[in-house]
Amino acid sequence: MPGEPLIYGRGLVKQFGTVRAVDSIDFAVERGEAFGFLGPNGAGKSSTMRMIACVSPRTSGDLSVLGLDPDRDGARIRGRIGVVPQEDSLDLELTVRENLYVYGRYFDLPRSELRPRIEQLLRFAQLTERGDDRVEPLSGGMKRRLTIARSLINEPELLLLDEPTTGLDPQARHALWDRLYRLKSQGVTLVLTTHYMDEAEQLCDRLVVMDRGTVAAEGSPQGLIGRYCTREVVELRFGPGESERHADKVADIPERIEVLPDRLLLYTDQGDATVEAVQRRALAPVSVLVRRATLEDVFLRLTGRQLVD
Amino acid sequence: MATPPALRATQYFLLAYRRTWRASIMSTFVSPLLYLLAMGVGLGSFVNKGGGAASLGHMGYLQFVAPGLAAANAATAAAGESTFPVMGGIKWTRTYFAMLATPLRVVDVLAGHLTWIGARVAMAVAPYLIVMAAFGVTPSPEAAAVLPAGILVGMAFSTPLVAFAATQDNDGSFSLVFRLGMIPLFLFSGVFFPVSVLPVGLRVIAYATPLWHGVELCRLLTLGRLGAASAAVHAGYLVALAVVGAVIASRTYTRRLRT
Amino acid sequence: MSGERATLALRVVPPAVLGFGRGRRLIERNLLVARRTWWVPLSGIAEPVFYLLSIGIGIGKLVTSIPGPHHSLIPYAPYVAPALLASSAMNGAVYECTFNVYFKLKYAKIYDAVLATPMGAADVARGEVVYAMLRGTAYAAIFVVMMAALGDIRSAWAVFALPAAVMIGLAFSAVGMAATTYMRGWTDFDMVQLALLPMFLFSTTFYPLSTYPRWLQVVVELTPLYHGVSLTRSLTLGYVGVGDVGHAAYLVAMGAVGLAVASRRIRTLLLR
Ligand SMILES: Nc1ncnc2c1ncn2[C@@H]1O[C@H](COP(=O)(O)OP(=O)(O)O)[C@@H](O)[C@H]1O
Ligand SMILES: [Mg+2]
Repeated sequence: MPGEPLIYGRGLVKQFGTVRAVDSIDFAVERGEAFGFLGPNGAGKSSTMRMIACVSPRTSGDLSVLGLDPDRDGARIRGRIGVVPQEDSLDLELTVRENLYVYGRYFDLPRSELRPRIEQLLRFAQLTERGDDRVEPLSGGMKRRLTIARSLINEPELLLLDEPTTGLDPQARHALWDRLYRLKSQGVTLVLTTHYMDEAEQLCDRLVVMDRGTVAAEGSPQGLIGRYCTREVVELRFGPGESERHADKVADIPERIEVLPDRLLLYTDQGDATVEAVQRRALAPVSVLVRRATLEDVFLRLTGRQLVD
Repeated sequence: MATPPALRATQYFLLAYRRTWRASIMSTFVSPLLYLLAMGVGLGSFVNKGGGAASLGHMGYLQFVAPGLAAANAATAAAGESTFPVMGGIKWTRTYFAMLATPLRVVDVLAGHLTWIGARVAMAVAPYLIVMAAFGVTPSPEAAAVLPAGILVGMAFSTPLVAFAATQDNDGSFSLVFRLGMIPLFLFSGVFFPVSVLPVGLRVIAYATPLWHGVELCRLLTLGRLGAASAAVHAGYLVALAVVGAVIASRTYTRRLRT
Repeated sequence: MSGERATLALRVVPPAVLGFGRGRRLIERNLLVARRTWWVPLSGIAEPVFYLLSIGIGIGKLVTSIPGPHHSLIPYAPYVAPALLASSAMNGAVYECTFNVYFKLKYAKIYDAVLATPMGAADVARGEVVYAMLRGTAYAAIFVVMMAALGDIRSAWAVFALPAAVMIGLAFSAVGMAATTYMRGWTDFDMVQLALLPMFLFSTTFYPLSTYPRWLQVVVELTPLYHGVSLTRSLTLGYVGVGDVGHAAYLVAMGAVGLAVASRRIRTLLLR
């Protein structure tokens, strides 16, 4: 059905005992876009992803994936999506190539179809040379690329990635982002979670900001920044615990001020002018930095807390 | 007074055991009792009626099998304690290396572990003595010497096995030690039947195994029939094996732990 | 492709046994892993074979004959051999479905990946149970050949000893798998030993039920291995009767219940 979202959640709830991990969220993912769930640890991102992946029954609310109901058609949905879980779940007793083969067989794919696809995915994941090696000794970045390659074995129209780059070094992260761009350009719909604002800004067309099981805001990265922040931020760094003391002295200069233990964040549309105004007050901060506002600032504005602490 | 170095290593194993002793109740206490009941009493009722009585020299089957099982249990307990925990000390928990980071030397670590294994073997043999006394199959007062004899059997298995375990990269070979080593020994070394009924080729092999000497030693002790000559042969064989094993173990430990 | 050789075994096994959907994909995976360390599971057959030899050339010399089914008197080795066959099928199945499944469930997280695909919890349970049955059956097959070579088979009914071993494997692997889903740590596996060893020693493996007092006979008659031993013994000694249908039914029912519990437990553990 044209126009119907690929994934659609309304009033979606996940309860674990007394913990309400997901507390009535609404969202919709359109075909072909890259959609993100941005939020700190414990926000309920993985719980949401697991419900979408049909490996966790919802407590209440509506959820439809590819126009189907996960409660009724879990196996059919899983057959058409790819999943990269937060923790790699590779089969350490098998080689790289065998991992792809066995996983493809779980989808009931015939051997003849798998053979060329495995070679193609090994090239995609830059693992052709390691094809016959055991998985165990591979680096974290290689394992993550293999997990992504594995998730593509059934040529899914929708790919779910739970914290795809957490724990990787910067180089490995960029290599992985590059692979994800390529998938998106091939028309695969990407849904990912992250607690890195740069990852969300780089990869997502649209995202929701999650906090404590709820959706705090929704929009494109630039749209969210425009809606909740000024264009620029002046960061004044002080010695530990000193920032609070200086806050009052500059509070009247910017549009808005945030006080962190070691820093003051001054939200303004004219960074340089604000810096000059601050310097006239003779506060002597350890350092002064002007930067563009980011999703981190949006999150701080929405929740009063930092994404990564 | 300061604790000797080796005993400081032993203390570690004792502490670890206090956390896991429940798990070993099954192997050291319950299963011996079950074997004794099933074989000694249950199967015994048919042996005593059938052709067995003559080949056993007219002793009851329970009388025959109980000291054999005591010796076999000593060997099995020693083998269990001398394989996986050694790999643990080297690779999994790396306890050996933690010990060596203190003033303890490699020989102290080895001696300390062997002392602990000896204590575990004693725990595996003692229940048999109690059960044998309860069943009234310990006619001679020398039967009490089954305890030290059992410990000797245990050490004769333990020292060569720790020497071997220290050369291994993983525990893969240990299941083969049990399946292809300990089990055939258990079944063919005179525990359940006198080796005299075996074909001559197998009989010679049985006489060469340490478990047969251990079984004979324990059996003769419970019957009060251990002469000086057989004591010298059986105990001498086991002592020699334990000593040679210990010498080799001190080499393989040194090679493995001094990196 | 390396998987092809491993799956050859799957094609020669009767499809009737494996006609259970996607579970067989997990068997394919297990065979692929087993290919590398085949000697580990294979060496498991050594234990019952050593017992068989020890009975034949040793203990059998002490016990001249023993009361068999229908008031017959049987030489000792042919009496014990079918019981060892039953317990080797039990052991092969139980070890696979307890230790190995626990490792895959709690450490290797194999099923987390499996359940992200169209496979479901019931496929996991069925796949593992049938794989364990295959292992138990392989042990039994080697053992039957040994029995025949040693002259411990006394009836043509013995051709059904292998299917009987399959039923024993089913019963024990299904219940073993269900029990494994309740294990909280490796120390709980002592309970497995605590269940297996008394069954091995007392389920009329080494001597008949009449040895026990009546109350103990009732306890023994309730244990699954007793039914497995009785069934295989009837078959290899050639004293088949209606009672054997009951033994078979007991084993199949136990397998069905175990499978149902195992599927439900996998679902609650992994699909939270
Ligand atoms: N299986 C579970 N059982 C109990 N509580 C859970 C379970 N999974 C997640 N939670 C709880 O739900 C909340 C959200 O967790 P999660 O969805 O993993 O968040 P995120 O992925 O955003 O870090 C946390 O408080 C977490 O402890
Ligand atoms: Mg998460």
